[in-house]
Amino acid sequence: MNWGVLLFPGSNCAEDCFHAVDKILGKPVKYLWHKDTDLGDVDAIIIPGGFSYGDHLRPGAIAHLSPAMTAVKEFAAAEGLVIGICNGFQILTESRMLPGSLLQNRGLKFLCQDQSLKVDNADTPFTSEYASGDVVGFPIAHNEGNYYAAPDTIAEMEANGQILFRYCSPDGEVSDGTNPNGSINSIAGIINRTGNVVGMMPHPERSADSVLGLSDGKGVFVSMLKHLEATHG
Amino acid sequence: MLKAIVTVMLKKGIFDPQGRAVQNGLDSIGFDQVKKVRVGKQLEMDLEMTDMATAEASVHDMCDKMLANPVVESYSFEIKEA
Repeated sequence: MNWGVLLFPGSNCAEDCFHAVDKILGKPVKYLWHKDTDLGDVDAIIIPGGFSYGDHLRPGAIAHLSPAMTAVKEFAAAEGLVIGICNGFQILTESRMLPGSLLQNRGLKFLCQDQSLKVDNADTPFTSEYASGDVVGFPIAHNEGNYYAAPDTIAEMEANGQILFRYCSPDGEVSDGTNPNGSINSIAGIINRTGNVVGMMPHPERSADSVLGLSDGKGVFVSMLKHLEATHG
Repeated sequence: MLKAIVTVMLKKGIFDPQGRAVQNGLDSIGFDQVKKVRVGKQLEMDLEMTDMATAEASVHDMCDKMLANPVVESYSFEIKEA
């Protein structure tokens, strides 16, 4: 059960993701390099946060053209589990592996705060450790986290249960007032139609170790592990 | 040599908070006749090409593959002798 953490020039959350798999799950994990054309023997791929290629042009715009992303697309097409966190989410939308795009926060400020999230769909390989309706706390740290997709795309995603997390208040209220960045329908995390590629702006890897004071994010990694164990034996 | 000047803008209907901030700034110094501002970006590219039609096709391709994100952005460009 091997995990891979994909590194780009400018990734800065890779060690936290590595730690979550290595120390919290206790599973084998290796770094993958953006120039790799062969990702080797991996069962799950994490695309970490950061500022790949300095976020030049648009966040993820240059990273998604890397050789490794061609391999990631092939991996996902073969139903491999892929999760992109923060800049990783932006890379996945730029590559069209996920619908929509992440625009500048509506308040024009870089947001760096602990954030309450409501679990919208707990019936996925990434969220099975939660229950739908759970309120969890993950940190957010982004300037372009304002999720946008065309209205018909949003309607389709809502109907298909593709929204995994929404921004909310600590008591679970989802409203414009509890939406930190202007995302449509307070969307914080989504899954693709086939249910194996996730993108989310909040950071589960920064809330996976109880020593950090927040441990709700651990559920994302444990969910993925349980799915891999169930499907890979 | 040819020069391409590419303009990338957020699509119509997508809120541009930066444009709003610029509009508010202009308003605060007395330019209250400004009712809307959209901020985009311009790329100037020197092309080692001579044929205009080929250059146009190439710049279209660059915009579609990388310079603009069609989900949220539109683009236009002009090409002239450098």
